[in-house]
Amino acid sequence: MSQSLPSDPVITPAIVAEHGLSPEEYQVVLDGLGRAPTWPELGVFSVMWSEHCSYKSSRIHLKRLPTTGPRVVIGPGENAGVVDIGDGLCVCFKMESHNHPSYIEPYQGAATGVGGILRDVFTMGARPVALMDSLRFGRLDHPKTRSLVHGVVAGIGGYGNCMGIPTVGGETRFDESYDGNNLVNAFCAGIVHRDRIFLGTVGDAGNKVFYVGAGTGRDGIHGATMASASFDDDSDEKRPTVQVGDPFQEKLLLEACLELMSMDVLVGIQDMGAAGLTSSSVEMAGRAGAGLLLALDQVPTRERDMTPYELLLSESQERMLLVIKPGHEAKVFEVFEKWDLRCAEVGTVTGDGVWRCTWHGTEVAAIPVPILTDAAPKYDRPRVARPASPPVPALPPVDRSAALLRLLADPDVSDKRWIWRQYDHQVGTDTEIGPGLDAALLRVKGTAKHLAFVADSNGHHVYANPRVGTAGQVAECVRNLACVGADPIGLTDCMNFGNPRKPEVMWEFSESVDGMAEACRELGVPVVSGNVSLYNETGDSSILPTPGLAMVGLWEGAAPRLRGRWTAGRAVALIGGEGTHLGASLFIRAMHGLRKTGDAPPVDFDRERALGAALRRLVREGLVEVAHDLGDGGLAVALAECALDVGGQFDVATSDTALFGEDHGRAIVAYDPAREAEVFAACAGLPVRHLGATGGERLEVADIKVPVAALREAWGDTFPRWVDG
Amino acid sequence: MNRRVAVVTFPGSNCDADARHAVALHGMEAVPVWHKDTSLGNVDAVILPGGFSYGDYLRCGAIARFSPVMQDVVRFAEAGGPVLGICNGFQVLCEAGLVPGVLLRNSKLKFLCQDVTLHMEGRDTPFTRNGGVDIRIPIAHMEGHWYADDDTLARVEGEGQVVFRYVGGAPNGATRDIAGVCNARGNVVGLMPHPERYVEASVGGIDGKVVFERLAEVLS
Repeated sequence: MSQSLPSDPVITPAIVAEHGLSPEEYQVVLDGLGRAPTWPELGVFSVMWSEHCSYKSSRIHLKRLPTTGPRVVIGPGENAGVVDIGDGLCVCFKMESHNHPSYIEPYQGAATGVGGILRDVFTMGARPVALMDSLRFGRLDHPKTRSLVHGVVAGIGGYGNCMGIPTVGGETRFDESYDGNNLVNAFCAGIVHRDRIFLGTVGDAGNKVFYVGAGTGRDGIHGATMASASFDDDSDEKRPTVQVGDPFQEKLLLEACLELMSMDVLVGIQDMGAAGLTSSSVEMAGRAGAGLLLALDQVPTRERDMTPYELLLSESQERMLLVIKPGHEAKVFEVFEKWDLRCAEVGTVTGDGVWRCTWHGTEVAAIPVPILTDAAPKYDRPRVARPASPPVPALPPVDRSAALLRLLADPDVSDKRWIWRQYDHQVGTDTEIGPGLDAALLRVKGTAKHLAFVADSNGHHVYANPRVGTAGQVAECVRNLACVGADPIGLTDCMNFGNPRKPEVMWEFSESVDGMAEACRELGVPVVSGNVSLYNETGDSSILPTPGLAMVGLWEGAAPRLRGRWTAGRAVALIGGEGTHLGASLFIRAMHGLRKTGDAPPVDFDRERALGAALRRLVREGLVEVAHDLGDGGLAVALAECALDVGGQFDVATSDTALFGEDHGRAIVAYDPAREAEVFAACAGLPVRHLGATGGERLEVADIKVPVAALREAWGDTFPRWVDG
Repeated sequence: MNRRVAVVTFPGSNCDADARHAVALHGMEAVPVWHKDTSLGNVDAVILPGGFSYGDYLRCGAIARFSPVMQDVVRFAEAGGPVLGICNGFQVLCEAGLVPGVLLRNSKLKFLCQDVTLHMEGRDTPFTRNGGVDIRIPIAHMEGHWYADDDTLARVEGEGQVVFRYVGGAPNGATRDIAGVCNARGNVVGLMPHPERYVEASVGGIDGKVVFERLAEVLS
């Protein structure tokens, strides 16, 4: 029978509420236990049933995502998804949010976001090979934005650079809805042998449980609960709930774990992420249908006088829980001693399905595992469709040359070198295409395989039409991968939304899931991992619905010879048709102040499939030198992004829609004009049109005439001037 | 016979595998050496690779230089053996007093990962040769601002110990745009840029090959 310790506080309704449990949820706790919880048990329910750990508002919707496919080895539910890439190799990947901590303490919040996603991947037995980050900040003129950008970028670099994992891509956007709630979504991919994948399980009763890595401190206590609440004026007071990262410890942990994994002594392994020791041990036991007995007084600590409650809820970083095959315990101590890491036996696997903790011999927690996992609350929260945004009105004429320069200087479009040159994007010597092109491309040493990575999301399109907007983002990721020759093989998602108790937010979420599901099914991309971040709101206003997507692609063959910018004497073609759609576009926001106006551009899956196939063929056969998907700012911006060295003259209708429309299913390619027939043949069945030729010092398209130097200045100088200003 | 090149792994080294890969690509045998080893074994050259030894805590390279294997590295260097320190390895060499100068934080206090153009100059070493074409290879560091007091600087410049210099200005603020130096005898070389990263055409280019080709030639 679990006992309270003399020092434990008395549990009152107010304390229950402070733990984020509703009166109804607390009644389920009482009924499930048949008694009142002890103080540590209350903390355990609080974190395990938090939105962050239990997915209680999102679970019923996420089930609609397609998660299987011929390449899928492990789908959602484990630490990361695993997809087969042939020859006994797999790619293991996931993206996860660290939004709230990164707003409160940008450097450590972002750094530990990277640390957490790295552990999710190497826990599976994979050696991490690539990182990406999807970032959202508030308006440039908001007083907090600049320092948040500095802190978050330094934190990401500080952790990833020290670990020696290249940060090869990502995206950064700015909008007023993120003023008080920035987003930091970190992605990691690793490579693992198909027969060497490790899972978070515990095996048979009697197996010993080991704690390895950094000692436990008081940092991050109740991080998961914080991540499940909205921001208010007290956000600054939550700083102690942010974890502190030590990438050096994690590098040692990575090497030690991979070394141990090569020895055939591990039953299961799980990293201590959100809700730390509690969720890692409960999840491991739950997957095996087993129980666990943890001696909390054996847990290595780095602070004095820590209580069972604190030990269970700490989110100290760089820690792992291992279950070892009987008789191999000495090996664990040997490996961790080599790497100067702490290692302690802290528990035993039991057969009774109960998760128990003792403190110097006294049982302080005893909860049947299914109560924490299966019986966790699940809500089908009310959903109400938001009224459609007003249509795009008749627009007054603008100077289109000035408009193009304005769009190139927009922080969503302009050069982010200032960010990515703070990230080591080459360590590991596999980066064939780093940041700055449509997608990153990495070789897999010892094979002819290349993995492509892209992160993308457009909250304006998703706000305009959560279903179609999200489908469009999936399609855009597929196009980005095709621009470096790769087939899409899997998707991971970070669903960043507002308060799920608001029916319009819940509607956005549900619609977004359906749009993603439909597009993934149509385009043959399984969703293999992901995470949900709700309550992204400040005061009463939610962020733009932001399903952060990261997609992985694969192809085999000689590395493509691609450039980001044109050289002189090339022909340029537009594949996929003319621009027609200005709804939710950057053009109407930047030039006409029309935010939240118009519908998202529709998605034609037949067109997307055909375009993807054509682009892959063009790139793989070396027919094109530059391939660029059309996104923010439409055709004019895409042309300008390729014209930063060499200009050209292009024949496009003199209209805002043709130049700046954000219709999906389109790309531009540059090629040797002598091979135009071959290029067009590869695009059979698609609209394809010769736009013009590259060369000269000016970009001329419709009535736009701008010197290349002015394009370069608008695109290249604006962001660094602001951020260092 | 294959020439053996030791690549030392300190806790926190993360370019050790890249250095071994580059060594092997140039027909030499890369020998992994653990920092707790007390002997380098029978090797013909030593590379201290890049990374964040001991997390760069205290000061970059300041703890690594006390690793057990460093005694044998110092002995090997003093006996005239070729030793190359790249990035964090250069910082370790400076801390160990095997090459002159120290490395300060970049002048703009940001980590920088970008290509730089280098001029190879000074005396010939087992890794460099005076003259030849400039090379374009990347830097990736937070503390690459090479600095020395005036006397040391005068001696280093006067004795031809500057072996790599940034062309067009040092992005990290390094004194006199110095990117790499050697010791007085010329057998120990340290540089901040990463030649091991650019040794294949599909991954950044092949400008880093000259360093490994030179070593292979000297050892043959």
